[in-house]
Amino acid sequence: MIRGENIVKIFDGRRVLDDVSVKFDAGKTNLIIGRSGSGKTVLLKSLVGLHEIDEGNIYFDDLCYTQLGFKERKVVRKDIGMIFQGGALLDSSTVEDNIRLPLDLFTDQSFEEKMERVNFCLKRVNLPNANKLYPAELSGGMIKRVAIARAIVLNPKYLFCDEPNSGLDPMTSIVIDNLIKEITEEYNITTIVNTHDMNSVMEIGEKIIFIHEGKKWWEGTKHDILQSDNRELNDFVFASAMAKRAKANM
Amino acid sequence: MKFFETLGRYCILMGKVFARPEKWSIYRNRIMVEMEALGYNSIGIAAIISIFMGAVVTLQMAINLESPFIPRSLIGYATRETMILEFSSTVVSLILAGKVGSNIASEIGTMRITEQIDALEIMGVNSACYLIMPKIVATVLFFPLLSILSMVIGVFGGWLVAGFTGIMMPDDYVDGLFYCFRIVSIVYSLVKIAVFAFLITSISGFYGYYAQGNSLEVGRASTKAVVISSIAILIFNLILTQLILI
Repeated sequence: MIRGENIVKIFDGRRVLDDVSVKFDAGKTNLIIGRSGSGKTVLLKSLVGLHEIDEGNIYFDDLCYTQLGFKERKVVRKDIGMIFQGGALLDSSTVEDNIRLPLDLFTDQSFEEKMERVNFCLKRVNLPNANKLYPAELSGGMIKRVAIARAIVLNPKYLFCDEPNSGLDPMTSIVIDNLIKEITEEYNITTIVNTHDMNSVMEIGEKIIFIHEGKKWWEGTKHDILQSDNRELNDFVFASAMAKRAKANM
Repeated sequence: MKFFETLGRYCILMGKVFARPEKWSIYRNRIMVEMEALGYNSIGIAAIISIFMGAVVTLQMAINLESPFIPRSLIGYATRETMILEFSSTVVSLILAGKVGSNIASEIGTMRITEQIDALEIMGVNSACYLIMPKIVATVLFFPLLSILSMVIGVFGGWLVAGFTGIMMPDDYVDGLFYCFRIVSIVYSLVKIAVFAFLITSISGFYGYYAQGNSLEVGRASTKAVVISSIAILIFNLILTQLILI
């Protein structure tokens, strides 16, 4: 479980996050949705500590992350996997080296054991023969899958995904969404997905938080979202033709 | 004020860079990789520039020291001193600041804007140490070797031009090379280039690490890294010469 209490983040005098309190449940795919520039990426990066928040507290289970020092945070970070918008694979390393890096740095496993784990993760994301390829040789969908493999290689307790579908075609998006959902359930991970893709919301969203102008505007499930009378949420949700059709069929 | 703010950020970054690495074996491998990328791959440019500069310095000396009262061997001596004292350390470093400095700043800057550094941080890796420390160690160890190579190739360039143009007897040139040889000159040169290597790599790493925004900003960071490294080299050249030779 991850909890944020009264989070405030200020950039150049502007409150990008304004008193946001959120709770993300373990074993569920939690979604943060909102328009571009609403503050959802800042919220996600604040939760993992890439942005220092100006006010409030963040808890990983019962541990207050914001009050931890650099060394103590490093311990927590070993339990965190993150998938970045562009994949963020190390360009100079092969797929295999990218996935093995956390194992090299933080485990005492033998090379064979590490390779076994790398191959298992690659197989799990349906890329069994991509070991020796470089990121520049991969398609957008493959990059995302390698990023997922790298994120799960240390068996994380928390998985953060920043717009995992951006730049992908609808078919590949569904594959990535389902992969994230399966992994969440398989390993009982607390997963937080940052997205503005309504397909993802309807496919994998178990708990949804809507961020608007730096504030938490709405919270609920994918079933609640279509019946909400919140104007800003409806403007966002029904901008998508798919959601419009879903509402018409209700 | 901006200068002190930047200096403060640089010092804080260096604190992170020289923190205890997560696993030495990984860093050892990275140092070897960086030695090849930043040092071994710079041999070509250092060699080409050195041979031509050695030849030109010899020609200039021969033209300007044309007098029956000055022994011709002095041309070899002057070429050797020029190559050892200034060219192989300061000028080679200025050239490497352009080649290696821009390479480091743009590589790390691109990693910053494509969130690769964030990915390392999320893994629990000290990204500053992981990315910058192996580069610093690699260049501080390898650049002195480049300097020695530059000295040897530079004086060889002078010997070649002496022999092929007939401006002087190659034997006189060789006599000059061994005239009044002081080992302290070599030590001075090697200490200088080791310090310059640290400056080039750390300053370029600093500007790359704090790059923000888009590819334009990476380009600006790269340019800034080269300019500031070059100025730092010139300032430290003055300081080290005062400290070691005088």
